[in-house]
Amino acid sequence: MGYKPELLVPAGSLAEIGAYLEAGADAVLIGETRYGMRLPGDIRANEVAEAVQLGHKHGAKVYVSVNKLLHNDQLEELRDYVKALGEAGVDAIQFGDPAVLQAVRELAPQIALHWNAEMTSTNYSTANYWGSKGATRAVLARELNMDEITEMQPHLQVEAEVQVHGMTNIYHSKRRLVQSYMMHQGRPVEGGDLGKERGLFLIEAERKEEKFPIYEDDNGTHIMSSDDICILEDLHVLLAAGVASFKIETLLKSPAYNKVVIQAYRKAIDAYIADPDQYEMDEAWIESIRRVQDPERELSFGFFYKEQVY
Amino acid sequence: MQTAEKHIRKYTGKRYRLEKPELLAPAGNLEKLKFAIHYGADAVYIGGQKYGLRSNADNFSFEEMREGVEFAKKYGAKVFVATNIYAHNEDLAGIEEYLRNLYDAGISAVIVADPIIVDTARRAVPGLEVHLSTQQSTVNWQAVKFWKEEGLPRVVLGRETSLEEIEEIKKHVDIEIEAFIHGAMCSSYSGRCVLSNHFTDRDSNRGGCCQSCRWKYDLFEDGRPDEAWISEEEAMGDPVLQQFQLGVNQLPLFDEQDNAFTMGSKDLCMIEHIPDLIDVGVDSFKIEGRMKSIHYVATVVNVYRQAIDAYMDDPENYVLKPEWVEEINKAANRPLNTGFFYDTPDHEDHIYEPEEKAAPYDFAGLVMDYDADTGMAVIQQRNHFKPGQEVEFFGPGGTFFKQTVTAIWDEDGNELDAARHPLQKVKIKVDQPVSYFDMMRKKK
Repeated sequence: MGYKPELLVPAGSLAEIGAYLEAGADAVLIGETRYGMRLPGDIRANEVAEAVQLGHKHGAKVYVSVNKLLHNDQLEELRDYVKALGEAGVDAIQFGDPAVLQAVRELAPQIALHWNAEMTSTNYSTANYWGSKGATRAVLARELNMDEITEMQPHLQVEAEVQVHGMTNIYHSKRRLVQSYMMHQGRPVEGGDLGKERGLFLIEAERKEEKFPIYEDDNGTHIMSSDDICILEDLHVLLAAGVASFKIETLLKSPAYNKVVIQAYRKAIDAYIADPDQYEMDEAWIESIRRVQDPERELSFGFFYKEQVY
Repeated sequence: MQTAEKHIRKYTGKRYRLEKPELLAPAGNLEKLKFAIHYGADAVYIGGQKYGLRSNADNFSFEEMREGVEFAKKYGAKVFVATNIYAHNEDLAGIEEYLRNLYDAGISAVIVADPIIVDTARRAVPGLEVHLSTQQSTVNWQAVKFWKEEGLPRVVLGRETSLEEIEEIKKHVDIEIEAFIHGAMCSSYSGRCVLSNHFTDRDSNRGGCCQSCRWKYDLFEDGRPDEAWISEEEAMGDPVLQQFQLGVNQLPLFDEQDNAFTMGSKDLCMIEHIPDLIDVGVDSFKIEGRMKSIHYVATVVNVYRQAIDAYMDDPENYVLKPEWVEEINKAANRPLNTGFFYDTPDHEDHIYEPEEKAAPYDFAGLVMDYDADTGMAVIQQRNHFKPGQEVEFFGPGGTFFKQTVTAIWDEDGNELDAARHPLQKVKIKVDQPVSYFDMMRKKK
């Protein structure tokens, strides 16, 4: 009954927005490093209006990530940024810091708020708490398992967004850890070049097969998972639970790869919605992803079937 | 203190308050609580059986909490409980009851990260103060204001906040600010690290952190050109491409003799900067370390107590005493630095060399009694010691002397060749007067 799950894809440029929408995305997540974290590319404030027009022309939603942990010195410019996003007509803002929530409610109350505090979004009550503060959606932690997600769904007073594909952030520091390490070795890095494009990764002694991407930007150092989540085979479980939004993470992937993945998930969602009872996953969909998958990165179920201890 | 010279005092704020900050110490168990308070803590924070981030610690039962609160009261001190997990669905039932039990046990405040625990506490147990945990990584005044409006009298800032930023936060929001001033630090934004979850399936935000940030890693660069690797099929079918891939997919960014990459940070130590912390208006000085030893807690608390008191007594003539720094170093497990207070940590603030990890001194004995007429002290053994060994005695307020152990007797007067048995009471002659609860340490 009107269940129309959304396929959400972060896009790093206007060209990517176009490509991903054509491949089947229902919504795009954009932003810039100054306010948002771990985006595939920067779409600056003056381009947002164009991005919104492009999205809306396709009947798609355009969300902006403002999920950084802000320091005092950015609070003033945050206000201008939020106003600009309001004028550009964006559909929602993702926030983690309460400062962003307050700014949006005050300056652009028409914009929906999506709570995204990454790994700390772990139960339905806290999601509903942010709902009571004005959020309409909670982005769930990638470290939850399938049972936790499906069990949350009936208790949620806000929409749930679940990442179904791609890498995840596993560590974020304000420190410049690669720069510091190179300096320690007596090989200082002049002028940066430790960003996403550099292809840096870490290997831990006990896990020689796993490569953990690491990069630096103005927000510090980011370490990413060594595997890529791919829940396609069990997407129907999340669909049956009524999850509102499925996110494909595009970070550190080529647009060509991302298009293949978007197309596969699009087919799965459409097939399920057309006839939930007769739905079956088509091997060809996942095969199309396997063909473009970096052989050094495992396609995994992430934490969906893990039992964690503490 | 290797980085001390680097931090030429940049902060030159004007003092606008002379209220004494609280010295807040960790207490991993009831005994540590007693030492922390006796050695000068105004408040201690402990973990209960649930909802804390030290699942391996010797956490308090409600009965032990009551006893701890009773002990603290005699000194006018308070007891806080860390309930700073990020809850999962299964943790939700029972939060309210648990918080009520804490309140009934006399706990003054809970330290909370998850907003639903904040909300539950405010609603169900209004008498219990809620302090926002550093796990929320709160680093701006607008966010602090949000939590004040939620009814919180105190926020523990993210460790990424500088002194200048703290001063600005205090200017904008009338709220108590608690800051970590000493101890181990997450190098990530607190709460924003799931290395443990990925490496060992242990949930760091529910107390399972296995400190993967301190492991050693090799740093590589991927030399594969874009798109060349996109299809495995393609690569396997082309022997040249395959060979090419193997050679360039792992370019090391280190030499054989280099230290490995690590995220591990040096430990925080602000003993040389007490006036700056007080001047910007930090209300509570927090020492990290619920897992640390009694010797560590007593030594560190003792030093900060003296420094804070000295500055508050006479700010104009305050000088840092070299013996404070020496004392801190006797308890330190790692090299020390000043975190983010003055600038963003760099290559001098991380530990790339193999870690020694152990503090250079051991807690050898606890003074149980002293006879001024004979100069004899009754010592409860805490670590092996024997005649001929040099030991140090210290107590609250900075009493300190060194001596050599001459002879050791048991309680019946039999001479011993060593104090071998844990908690055994022995007698030795001391060179200067000592008091109950003074400590005796020895070099390792």
